[in-house]
Amino acid sequence: MNADTEGTMASAAAAATSAAATPAATATPATPAATAGLASPVASTVTAAPFAPAVPASARHANRAAASRERILEAYPAKVYKNRKDHILALEETAEENTIAANTRAIPGVMTARGCCYAGCKGVVVGPLKDVCVITHGPIGCGFYTWGTRRNKAKPDEHTDKNFVPYCFSTDMQESDIVFGGEKKLEQAIDEAMTLFKPSSIMICSTCPVGLIGDDVQAVARRAEEKYGITAVGYSCEGYKGVSQSAGHHIANNGLMRSVIGTGDAQPKTAFSVNILGEYNIGGDGWEESRLLARCGIEVLNLFTGDASCEALKSAHLAHLNLVMCHRSINYIAEMMKTKYGIDWLKVNFIGIEATCKSLRSIARYFDDPGLSARVEEVIAEEMDAIQEQMDQYRQRLAGKTAGIFSGGSRSHHYQALLESLGMRTVIAGYEFAHRDDYEGRDVIPFIKEDADSKNIETITVEPDPLHYRERYSTSQIAALKAGGVAEGIELDTYDGMMSDMGAGDVVVDDYNHHETDALIKGLKPDVFLSGIKDKYSIQKAGVSSRQIHSYDYSGPYTCFQGALNFAHDLTMSLYTNAWGLVVPPWKNQPMLEGTLGGD
Amino acid sequence: MRQVAIYGKGGIGKSTTTQNLTAGLGEMGKKIMIVGCDPKADSTRLVLGGLVQKTVLDTLREEGDDIDLEDVLKVGYAGIKGVESGGPEPGVGCAGRGIITSINLLESLGAYEADLDYVFYDVLGDVVCGGFAMPIREGKAREIYIVCSGEMMALYAANNIAKGISKYAQSGGVRLGGLICNSRKVDGEAELVSAVAAEIGTQMIHFVPRDNAVQRAEINKKTVIEYSPQEPQADEYRALARKIDGNDMFVIPKPMAIDRLEEILMEHGILD
Repeated sequence: MNADTEGTMASAAAAATSAAATPAATATPATPAATAGLASPVASTVTAAPFAPAVPASARHANRAAASRERILEAYPAKVYKNRKDHILALEETAEENTIAANTRAIPGVMTARGCCYAGCKGVVVGPLKDVCVITHGPIGCGFYTWGTRRNKAKPDEHTDKNFVPYCFSTDMQESDIVFGGEKKLEQAIDEAMTLFKPSSIMICSTCPVGLIGDDVQAVARRAEEKYGITAVGYSCEGYKGVSQSAGHHIANNGLMRSVIGTGDAQPKTAFSVNILGEYNIGGDGWEESRLLARCGIEVLNLFTGDASCEALKSAHLAHLNLVMCHRSINYIAEMMKTKYGIDWLKVNFIGIEATCKSLRSIARYFDDPGLSARVEEVIAEEMDAIQEQMDQYRQRLAGKTAGIFSGGSRSHHYQALLESLGMRTVIAGYEFAHRDDYEGRDVIPFIKEDADSKNIETITVEPDPLHYRERYSTSQIAALKAGGVAEGIELDTYDGMMSDMGAGDVVVDDYNHHETDALIKGLKPDVFLSGIKDKYSIQKAGVSSRQIHSYDYSGPYTCFQGALNFAHDLTMSLYTNAWGLVVPPWKNQPMLEGTLGGD
Repeated sequence: MRQVAIYGKGGIGKSTTTQNLTAGLGEMGKKIMIVGCDPKADSTRLVLGGLVQKTVLDTLREEGDDIDLEDVLKVGYAGIKGVESGGPEPGVGCAGRGIITSINLLESLGAYEADLDYVFYDVLGDVVCGGFAMPIREGKAREIYIVCSGEMMALYAANNIAKGISKYAQSGGVRLGGLICNSRKVDGEAELVSAVAAEIGTQMIHFVPRDNAVQRAEINKKTVIEYSPQEPQADEYRALARKIDGNDMFVIPKPMAIDRLEEILMEHGILD
């Protein structure tokens, strides 16, 4: 109860700040009352009154976080408590104390937001390849419900005119295919796909029953390669493998590394060529990055795998540098390409204005070319100039507000930078399927205890390629580039994790669930919660505005400078027309039961 | 209608025993159906005088769901009806799922008519997965006989099957009716099998001696009772049929720990 009151007051204080800053926000003192939900108009007057804190704001923030964590946990039975307590952190001041449990099995019944291995392989990594017929080998539901559900945009290459992203290919297994085996039907599906669409590549994604009955999808892929002279890859990404989508990312990475990357010979046209790994072109994000980089004179060979083609991916190993956006889903390829081809990878973030500038400057620093550096600065200045005025307006309306972000395995970190560009603080961040290194940084990898689930996912080892291996920098030169920490160095061949950018008293949740989302909203009262379709409406009905950070609610792009403006616009729109927060539900002020007094 | 499932180690003679025993029951005037639950589809060869042309699953695969009982149900010796589930070639697909599909389909086609006295399920080998336990799930077979011999692995398998039965017996009505010893001429075989039966709480319902009359009949695609009704072996199967017809000992088995099983084998001199 005490924490509830405190939360309301803190929101009111934030709202009062913005009210002072902009006349348009004079109505905001009403917002906290609506946000709190329970507060009557009288109470709102009280909470809007000046409040003199007895303890510093940062300490109150930390206390509230700890209290929220406790409240989440105390609802759990002992066994669940024991498990979940290590997945939920109220961050401490010192980084050493912030260790989190991650990438372990979700507890049955806890209403996890996770997906399955097949979703990670087909839905995330392989699905966006536009020149590939991706065949879901399984009953029709697995194919149907992953059809067009992710906004990985693609347009056909001019010379091929092929884009299969809008299609859904499935073998539609029936009972008799389960009993007698599904390989024949799969081969038939490949024959049909070849006749109708003539793709240069076919990829097969396995669903649960395929693994149970033992269909050999790799053998079928091999036969298709021989028969049609195409690239065909079979993925054993049955839904039950691993503990989340993450296993599917790894399996997809292995397949691309083994069968695709390194088989082409299309040379880059410039001396500054890059792949952007972990960029799925949601809402056109990758296109905006490509546009910006092209302006700087940096050539984007491939996005992995948004708007990507298997044909172009084959020559990805000839790039000069790999940029990594989504670390979780693609770090395996980044690491393997470093080992096999000597290509360094740079952790970048094009979401957020300062983050974009930093990423561009890091790339320029890596290539160490005065002309490129100068061009990067010119482009930054021009892009900033184009958005500055509008950004300032949005910033005035958003500054001081707080946010929570729950996403898959990277965005919760990336979007903190963009919110910071708008003067907002992220007080809750969580991931569905991240590993400890995504939270704590790659330095923790040697200390991650492997369990049976992670050992069950194949790890492939690669050797330096005798023909294509080349190192741009020696180990000591790389160390020099990295030296100086966040301010000076560049994040080369490593990733420092999300928690390095968060502060004491912020809450971090691994494998978040419905109850925890509800409890955190009540306890910490963020002004906006960025999450996905599964929880968007339950968040909004709690009176907190919510934006979908997986699909962007049909908007985007949100990357780079122009994207930041799009995001600022959408967020402002959402926060200032927070319909659920503005209505009082009937059960708050009307009796829900009617009755008469009994007796005689 | 009594629903009976026959289990036992692979190659122990389940199909042979089931068909000879049902021939005996048929001779007594009982109305019987045999459901073969083995992808090899050879559980009804002796009563039907050869392998069936079409299994339930073959028919389902070829003609979709629109099939009639006559397509898959054949009548053989003494009016015994035979159906074969069938299943995939070795090494592909899922035979267990095939059995589940097949039995469900037979039910919906009305194969289990009210005027049947017996339905026998002849199930492949060990209870390796849920599919092979289908015949003993709720509402299916209520009594089970395990065919075994005095050989160590056959008894090991029998004990293992007893584990499966006790699992389903706790929640459903399935009970163990006894062990049928299909002799392999092991020393002290009858005593050993009786001892094992007693230990798991059941009986050795009959000792079927080894006799080449069985081989001769099989080559001619017939049961012993049909091919050579005067042979002593035919009387053994008649005796088994009478015992099963009159059986009233149905128990939830108490499977042994492996150590105990080995002790019993020691006692009877097998491990010398």
